[in-house]
Amino acid sequence: MLKELFTKKKKYASIPSEQVKQDVPEGIMTKCPKCKKIMYTKELVKNLRVCMSCHYHHPMPSRERIVSLLDEGSFREYDADMISENPLQFPDYLEKLEADRRKSKLNEAVITGEGTMNGYPLVIAVMDSAFRMGSMGSVVGEKITRAVEKAKELRIPFLIFTASGGARMQEGVLSLMQMAKTSAALKLFSDEGGLIISVMTHPTTGGVSASFASLGDYNFAEPGALIGFAGRRVIEQTVREELPEDFQTAEFLLKHGQLDAVIHRHELKEALTNVLDIHQTGGDGKWWGN
Amino acid sequence: MVGELEFEKPLIELRKKISELKEFTKTAEVDLSPEIEKLEARLEKLENETYANLTPWDRVQIARHPNRPTTLDYIQRLFTNFLECHGDRLFGDDEAIVGGIAKYHGLPVTVIGHQRGKDTKENIRRNFGMPHPEGYRKALRLMKQAEKFNRPIICFIDTKGAYPGKAAEERGQSEAIARNLFEMAGLTVPIVCIVIGEGGSGGALALGVGNHIHMLENSTYSVISPEGAAAILWKDASLARRAAETMKITAPDLKAFGVIDEIIPEVRGGAHRNVDEQAKAIDNVLKQSLKQLLQLDGSALVEQRYQKFKQIGRFTFSRNDLGVK
Repeated sequence: MLKELFTKKKKYASIPSEQVKQDVPEGIMTKCPKCKKIMYTKELVKNLRVCMSCHYHHPMPSRERIVSLLDEGSFREYDADMISENPLQFPDYLEKLEADRRKSKLNEAVITGEGTMNGYPLVIAVMDSAFRMGSMGSVVGEKITRAVEKAKELRIPFLIFTASGGARMQEGVLSLMQMAKTSAALKLFSDEGGLIISVMTHPTTGGVSASFASLGDYNFAEPGALIGFAGRRVIEQTVREELPEDFQTAEFLLKHGQLDAVIHRHELKEALTNVLDIHQTGGDGKWWGN
Repeated sequence: MVGELEFEKPLIELRKKISELKEFTKTAEVDLSPEIEKLEARLEKLENETYANLTPWDRVQIARHPNRPTTLDYIQRLFTNFLECHGDRLFGDDEAIVGGIAKYHGLPVTVIGHQRGKDTKENIRRNFGMPHPEGYRKALRLMKQAEKFNRPIICFIDTKGAYPGKAAEERGQSEAIARNLFEMAGLTVPIVCIVIGEGGSGGALALGVGNHIHMLENSTYSVISPEGAAAILWKDASLARRAAETMKITAPDLKAFGVIDEIIPEVRGGAHRNVDEQAKAIDNVLKQSLKQLLQLDGSALVEQRYQKFKQIGRFTFSRNDLGVK
């Protein structure tokens, strides 16, 4: 009888995993990692990739983000063809970049450019976790720096959506220095009265969290986004204590005074437009109807 | 000898042999001085070879040497009238960073640095030189004060990194580091940064946005520790030696990348062998740096600092323009 049990078990285990995967065909259907519901990808995309049943915010590709926010046909991209080198001669780095380029149809982990949102002109930078986990190397740092300089030159607001695992290890200390470079650009922009809005999306960690992501005049985040400096596992190993379940989520940061607001993706465009509107109207002392 | 490093073992053995022979000649009737001379010549040659061909991993070991001089060791030797100023005025005083006012060859300055402990007890108090947000906020408070009174700022960098802990995250470790990068970029006084030990990632950079950045010959500056890099890249922290080479973290590497200005030569075998002499070597470079920077006015200093960081990075352009539809 015991033997019977074992053979049965073996039968169950022998189902090839490929077949299981085919239950949710890639592309057509998407499974929500939070509520495990399976839904049509098309419908999910139409819903700005917010789960219809549990409101989980799926990662949003940078191009979809731009389309979802900016006025149709208003976007003009900067530095679209800027790509990474391999300054450390890091093994396999160029191959990995090439593979991500093909897979994500992106040249790098950030798209920058200018456009209008409900008529308000702005410079926008959108990071994309589909390319090297959104990590920041020389290109990401340079593109963001140039975009900020452009906003300064055009005297229009700078809006950034962050999604990044942090500094890109394969470019070593050059990646680290991009934190200082982007922050310095923002400082010079800020000193001229430039408006900086940061929206942190899942995930925003490490060197990106510890530089431009935290430097907005307004720091917002999407619900549930993981935001933090050090990785959860590193902290657990260091402090050897149980971390709360909501540790390093957008809601956790809000509770600890690190964010202005957590905003649902469906309400984001309206909220951002409101900020732009307030900054457009205010500041010149004219109000009283004259 | 305490604190001898792995790569120095052949030297130690040779030195031991020589002293044994010397001891032996004293008591015995035979004269071994020609042999001793020969061995001493060999020792000298071996020393020269060893210290002239340090691998990146050897340098990591020197940078982490328990007796390596710390910020306070240099403050004591390079400055007079030092008054340590505590606290961030918001939460507390983080002893992983020290700072205060002092005179440098008569010139009033503000001096700030990461501070490791000399023994376990002090290391616990100083959290092994790994700051919390309040440490960075204290540093920023002192820098802003320096700007108000038009004093140059000197920063000593020596940390494994910002502390990865629960409380640090709750109090905004990311924001504290980011704020320092942002505000340092706009300060209208000269900032000279000197990496004296380990320059560990964002936690080091938060004191590192200077007009000039110098590194001691055997210090390191990196985005991640060799152990961390090895764990992520090859899922094996024991490959740290290889990671130390791959990651290009030594002073000559950073000089080649155009990140740092000067490599400050170290006493042979490492700064811990003669702290006074090492302080003098730092003094030479620091004096030159400040002399140059004091020629610039506030806006020129901000511009020079911005251009310095703006040029860091390597990229190219592809003809394959994907663009956004």
